[in-house]
Amino acid sequence: MAHEFRLPDLGEGLTEAELVSWAVDVGQTIALNQVIGEVETAKALVELPSPYAGVVEELLVSPGTTVPVGTPIIRITTDAGTEEPPARTPVLVGYGPGAPAASKRARRKTVTAPEAGAVPDRRRPDASPAARAAARELGIDLDLIAGTGPSGAVTRSDVEARTGSARPDTPPAPESPQSPERETRTPIRSVRKQTADAMVRSAFTAPHVTEFVTVDVTRSMELLDRLRELPEFEGLSVTPLTLVAKAMVVALRENPSLNASWDGEHQEIVTKHYVNLGIAAATPRGLVVPNVKEAQTLSLLELCRAITELTATARSGRATPAQLTGGTASITNVGVFGVDAGTPILNPGESAILCLGSVTRRPWVHEDELAVRWVTTLSVSFDHRVVDGEQGSRFLASVAGMLHDPASLLAHL
Amino acid sequence: MVDTIAYPVQLIQPDGRRVFRPDYTSLVRDIGPDQLRDLYEDLVVARRMDVEAVALQRQGELGLWAPLLGQEAAQVGSARALRPDDYAFISYREHAVAYCRGVDPGVMTRMWRGCAHFAWDPSSVNVTNPAIVVGSQGLHATGYAMGAHLDGAEIATIAYFGDGATSQGDIAEALGFSMSFNAPVVFFCQNNQFAISEPVHLQSPVPIAQRAAGYGMPAVRVDGNDVLAVLAVTRQATQRAREGSGPTFIEAVTYRMGPHTTSDDPTRYRAAAETEVWKARDPIDRIRRLLDREDLLDDVFLARVQATADDVAARLRSGTVEAPDPAPLDLFEHVYSTDHPLIDEEREQYAAYLAGFAGIEEALS
Ligand SMILES: Cc1ncc(C[n+]2csc(CCOP(=O)(O)OP(=O)(O)O)c2C)c(N)n1
Repeated sequence: MAHEFRLPDLGEGLTEAELVSWAVDVGQTIALNQVIGEVETAKALVELPSPYAGVVEELLVSPGTTVPVGTPIIRITTDAGTEEPPARTPVLVGYGPGAPAASKRARRKTVTAPEAGAVPDRRRPDASPAARAAARELGIDLDLIAGTGPSGAVTRSDVEARTGSARPDTPPAPESPQSPERETRTPIRSVRKQTADAMVRSAFTAPHVTEFVTVDVTRSMELLDRLRELPEFEGLSVTPLTLVAKAMVVALRENPSLNASWDGEHQEIVTKHYVNLGIAAATPRGLVVPNVKEAQTLSLLELCRAITELTATARSGRATPAQLTGGTASITNVGVFGVDAGTPILNPGESAILCLGSVTRRPWVHEDELAVRWVTTLSVSFDHRVVDGEQGSRFLASVAGMLHDPASLLAHL
Repeated sequence: MVDTIAYPVQLIQPDGRRVFRPDYTSLVRDIGPDQLRDLYEDLVVARRMDVEAVALQRQGELGLWAPLLGQEAAQVGSARALRPDDYAFISYREHAVAYCRGVDPGVMTRMWRGCAHFAWDPSSVNVTNPAIVVGSQGLHATGYAMGAHLDGAEIATIAYFGDGATSQGDIAEALGFSMSFNAPVVFFCQNNQFAISEPVHLQSPVPIAQRAAGYGMPAVRVDGNDVLAVLAVTRQATQRAREGSGPTFIEAVTYRMGPHTTSDDPTRYRAAAETEVWKARDPIDRIRRLLDREDLLDDVFLARVQATADDVAARLRSGTVEAPDPAPLDLFEHVYSTDHPLIDEEREQYAAYLAGFAGIEEALS
């Protein structure tokens, strides 16, 4: 017989959750407690284990959808019996796998209808905290929204569905298919907001200087080809960034002022004797800069592994606060977008950021002749309060030198 | 004597090798191959039970659950040091203590399902029901221990609580009182490194066990992931209590591998790298390595352990999903052990209120 599994309350009174992904397919045979998918509530990202052993008959909710607690999300056929188990009502509000109770609230209200002359019902509209927050942020009146949640409660998606649409008391604007919206207003929130704040703070507190150098990295590219063939590196992303990271760690050791921070409050420069190497990553949620802890202790292989894992975690939106804080110097890789070079802005609290441009085949003077070589432009921005031009230039030249001749890196390992 | 605050008692290393520590080894001299195997079984069952309960919560069958993952050795080692007539006052995470005391896995989840005020009869197994009030265990245990003392009973009473609870006034009062009156109580603190999301160093700048010194109480710090070491130190402390030598404070240094409860997300407040470090100290792996080194593992034994664990998990599951929903008026049962006029009055009022709804549904439909 078929069983429907309803979204349970996963966090002490939550009203809804987003179905992030399914781990099973229709037709698949699954065991009791086998993980069937992942769900994100306001509190946590959790795996859902199946309450039945059987065959997946239908996935009732698509990934990315937020549904109220009690919504059937998957149908599973089991071969045990044909009798429907006795219907159960949840023991506590929002608890248990039962469907949300039929709109009891509305009925109760009819019974206690206000007497003539009584104060009109000024009760707040029924809405989840997330919906309230969203409505406040978007300037929408909750009273005007028809809720689709349990007992008609307004959900966040109900609020978001109203963004930009006309209020019911004003006649809807005539729709004209030829004139698409000329502007989209996106609220500045979460990662975007934090990035913006951090950039403004950084750019207007630390006096930035940027220097550039263009360098022939053909030998580094050859080395990378060799590394990719080694079994140890299998499955890892072996890219110019890997070598740049290693060269940067070595160059920071020689030029510690770039691995320092300006502590205005105590009027001190804090030089770090460890390198937590930040790697700027473009993620679906925006720019984040997770860092590889204690990068100075890692071999090339370990560094490569750490960067591969860190960027994967960051891209999937799961970087932890610990991974995102405590960086000492950073790298940004605009080269992946096919851009030659840029002037990066310092990650707040750090004194140097190295920018790697695209590595491309270019005509280049090599051994006194014109040749086609792999060439890239590196740039470094540094905080001129902490780092002098001399130190900054030495650092950049040192990184460039090691990438030009990666054999020289060996001397420092 | 070795300073156990600086060097917590350990009898098995993470790689399964034994530690030579005569003062504590002598306390577990009777633990031979069979007893070691039994301890291993308890640990595996405890984990299996806990994993099942977490799954039940994710399936909407439990409102909440406080997982013990990672703390099996601290709980099993201490509970197995108790005698049947000793009495344990537990907090909300000591499912393995309850199991070792003989609580039926089929009733263990009742409170967490919200269908009963209580899960089992405490006096039938000499262990209290889960108590959410942080730190209350200290005072309750001290009171019980004092009572037992005055009755002339030669028993030990043990209070379980977390590192966070040591910041609670109740624990401070219990330590002070029990020391002044020589109460035969063991304060068993599972330092699992967190009070919800707050790391232990926010509770105390010194090792938790060191706090006992301020009350003049002997204290011992033990590797909480080492079931044998926990058994040894708890035996020592309970023996002291039974002999009338007064209270002891034990700090079992362990780690909560999962969330505080099923409704929080530990990745938001601690680094994955830290959890990895503790994975290498897993309490079950440790004793398994010891058994392996001493040639005490075989397929028949492992299959038996697995079968026991699966059976306990199945009993926990069926007990949960088959637990009857309570009737509304059951709310008034078990508030007092005997009739009470105020409760009777409230019960009547509530019954009248419920009766007021009779017929309304039909009338409206
Ligand atoms: C008296 C009291 N205060 C606050 C709470 C809320 N609370 C529940 S668990 C908890 C943290 C307890 O941490 P700890 O004592 O370390 O135990 P653990 O959960 O780690 O086992 C708190 C503060 C409570 N239940 N009781």
